Formats: sequence, C-alpha cells, structure tokens
Amino acid sequence: MEQDEKKEPAGCCGEKLSPSAAPCACKPPVPLEPFPMVRDDKVCCGPPTGPRSSSRERPGYRMWHFVEDFIDTPAGPVPLAKTVLNARDWLGKIRVRWGIRRDQYKVAPGLYGVGRPDASSPVLVTANYKLSFDALRSGAGVADAWILVVDTRGINVWCAAGKGTFSTEEVVRQVKSSQLDRVVDHRRLILPQLSATGVASRMVKKGCGFKVTWGPVRAADLGRFLDAGMRADEPMRRVTFTLAERITLVPVELSFLPRYLLWSLAAAFLLSGFGAGVFSFQAAWFRGALMVAALAGGVFAGAVAAPILLPWIPVRSFSVKGAIVGVAAGLAIVAGFREHVNTWEAAALLICTAVISSYLTMNFTGSTPYTSPSGVEKEMRRAIPFQAGAALVVPVLWVAAAFV
Amino acid sequence: MKDFRYLPGVSTLVLDTEACTGCGLCTIVCPHGVLAMAEKRVEIVDYDGCMECGACAQNCPTGAVGVTPGVGCAAAIINSWIKGGKPACC
Ligand code: SF4
Ligand code: SF4
Repeated sequence: MEQDEKKEPAGCCGEKLSPSAAPCACKPPVPLEPFPMVRDDKVCCGPPTGPRSSSRERPGYRMWHFVEDFIDTPAGPVPLAKTVLNARDWLGKIRVRWGIRRDQYKVAPGLYGVGRPDASSPVLVTANYKLSFDALRSGAGVADAWILVVDTRGINVWCAAGKGTFSTEEVVRQVKSSQLDRVVDHRRLILPQLSATGVASRMVKKGCGFKVTWGPVRAADLGRFLDAGMRADEPMRRVTFTLAERITLVPVELSFLPRYLLWSLAAAFLLSGFGAGVFSFQAAWFRGALMVAALAGGVFAGAVAAPILLPWIPVRSFSVKGAIVGVAAGLAIVAGFREHVNTWEAAALLICTAVISSYLTMNFTGSTPYTSPSGVEKEMRRAIPFQAGAALVVPVLWVAAAFV
Repeated sequence: MKDFRYLPGVSTLVLDTEACTGCGLCTIVCPHGVLAMAEKRVEIVDYDGCMECGACAQNCPTGAVGVTPGVGCAAAIINSWIKGGKPACC
C-alpha cells in the first residue's frame, strides 16, 4: 500500500498529471468489495448459464449449425448433418437466390454423414456450394449415408463441372484426404449425373480405387434410386426446366443486370431535356421519367416475363423471344402514356423496351439447361447488329421528337 | 425437355461408330437423351437436343464420341470476341 501512494498520481484516463494537479475528481477512492466466488452453478445475475462446451469444439473452429452430432470412424470423428433445414438455412437460401454474396455460400469440403452411417453405407458426392449440400442432406430421402463434399470453390454441381472445379482430380483428392477407404468397406461413389461433364469415371477408379456410379440428376431422386438397386429410370436422367425452376432464376437474373443500364438511366434524363434550342429541366424530368418507364419495361420483359414464358413463346431464338415480349411491354407503356407522347416518342419508347428485352433474354441462354454454345454464338452473330442498330435509333428518335 | 428446343443443326457432336465399343456410358451421362444404344453400338437419336455439355466425351473410354464443350453464355461469348480466346464460363 505504501508503495502505491508514492507513485505519481495518474489522471482519469491514465495520462500523467503534473505533481501540483489536484487528485482526480471523477474516480472517488471507493474501497473494492471482495468479489464473491461462485462455488455452485448459480451466478450472481442474469439467467442460468448454458451447458458446458461440447467436447467436439476445437479452438479456432466454429461449429456449423447443421451439425447435430459426430460419429467416430477409423479416420477420426465425422460430423453428422441434420436432415431438416432450419430458419438459417432458409434465410441463406433466399439470400443467395437473390444473388447476394452467392460466391460465399460454402461448406467445408470433406466427409459428413446423415443418419447413422456405417462401413457399408453409400457414399454420396456433392459440391461444396451450400445449396447443393443442403439439397442432399435434407431432400435426398436417404436414411443413412456418407456425404463426400468436394471442393468446387463454392459452385454448384453443374456449373462447377463445366468450369472444371468439380473434376476427376478434385474427387480423387477428396477421397484420399478424407481417408474414405478407412471409413467404408466398399469401393463405390455415387456422383450426381451432372458432374459427368467434369469427371471421367474411369479416371476416378484409376486415381483412388473407387468406382463411380452415376446417380440421378436431382438429389430428390436419390432415395428412389438407391431403393431401386442403384438404377435410374429415364426421367431421373434428364434435366428439366419447369416453371418453378425458371421462376427461381428470375431474382438472380435481376441481380446480374448489366451496370451500364444505370448509365442509360442518366443518359435518358439528359437527352430528354433537349428541346428547340434550350435545355429544359422540366422536360428532362418529365420525358426522362417516360424513358425510365421504357427501360424498366424492357428489364421486366427480358429478365422476368420472357424467362417465365419461355416455352410458350413460339420461336427458338432467345433474342426474338425477348423482342416479342418487349414489344408487348412497350405497347402497354405507350398505351398508358398515349396522351403525353407524340408518334416519334412512342416509337422510341417501343424500340427501347424491345431492344433491352431482346438483349436480356439472349443473355438468359447462359442460365438455361439446354442451349448449346454453338447455337448461342450463331444467334448472337445475327442478333447483335440488329440490337446495336436499334439501340442507336432510340436516342436519335427521342431527341428528334422534341423538335417536331 | 421436348418442349425446349434451341437452334437446330449447330451442335459440334460427332460420333465415330467404328470406335464405339457399346459400353453405354455416354447414354447414362447425357442429360438430354441424345445418344441411345442400337444393337451393340450407340447412335445419335436426337442431335438437335445436344447442348454440348461434354459429359459423353469426357466419359467415353475410346474417344468414339466427341464434342467441343462450352457454356452457352452470351456475356462470355462477347468477352471472347473482344479479348480473343475461348469463351469461359461467367
Ligand atoms: S454433349 Fe452433353 S448433351 Fe450433347 S450428347 Fe454429349 S452428353 Fe448429351
Ligand atoms: S461411351 Fe463411347 S464407347 Fe461407350 S457407348 Fe458411348 S460412344 Fe460407345
């Protein structure tokens, strides 16, 4: 105690004070109460404490919410995944469906289990995109199985196979690093059929000794596939593009809208202001709003309506499909504003809507499961000159309309 | 997928019937039923249904079936026109 008093007085915040300064006023010398030591599970305040940390927790790691337990295997403990999605999984699903941080939606590659798998249980292989993993653990209808998650850099099965991240080498590497040969006594992997674009079954056998069986396209069919003795019927082997599947793609399409649409917004307002000899802010505002309606109509037609209506628009070329829907949307817009636009303006609005819709629908070929790259290239060679020409006509008509 | 047809006559799919051993692997992995077994060899039954995914060629043990795989993505194709080279997935 004596030594403490000889120390230089310190300020409230610890900075040194000159010896002449008055003792700090904001920290009255309250004697410390002895801290009561807790000897039982009761605490001094707040609700009762939770349970002790699980013995499976490791410093530096965080336990995933979908892990319900661990199972001990000759290759070490393997996490068992829940087979029911919870609110966090659903929220995450909605988030990535809108394209928000979609590239960050990953699970750690490696071996997992569902149910109570043993050495004879089947091994289902999937990508480390969390939606792929979730579909497998919750929707496969398989009671007891191992799930081998391959490091596809967080990309779904088909895209990853096309990009080469769901590859023969990646599967072999994961089988080895998970020591799968010590966990199961059979030598068979069930791969999703759509990974065949990137995985050569005979090379997997050569690389790690496991034989590949091609499972169905959709995880939801796996239960029936296994029950039928690993046999897939025709529908299980075919990709589909149902209304529901197309609707699911709409938010992602919207989130991928080209950035230059923003520039066209600015250009729309600017161009709208030009009139006979003057620049009018009132015209910029009012006519600009008309142009924005046309842009929005084009986006709606090309990124929402055309993808949904896809099989019912009676032409094959996507750019023409988009133009048809775009003209319909443009006519609706022109009809809505018919009292405020002259013929030139009406034409400009119509072409604007059609060209945006045509281009966006053509872009949608990248999201469908049936368009061949050769076909897309052929279509683009034909369509882009028309689209570019039409896109140039719009501002010309729009400015000219102000002078007639 | 019969209600979804894209441009006809464009696929780069080729089949060398001589080299085919009839293992049937390509008929299993094709997601569009383009190939089917006929007698002891495979044949192309729906050429225009092919989307050039490359699964058949990747898994054919004898190289009897070939295709130039790619991704039907407009943005990637435009990029390849501008920058040269093969279209990469977007
Ligand atoms: S490239 Fe794909 S769609 Fe075409 S035949 Fe081969 S597996 Fe079928
Ligand atoms: S995978 Fe090759 S060898 Fe086997 S059936 Fe098809 S074309 Fe013939």
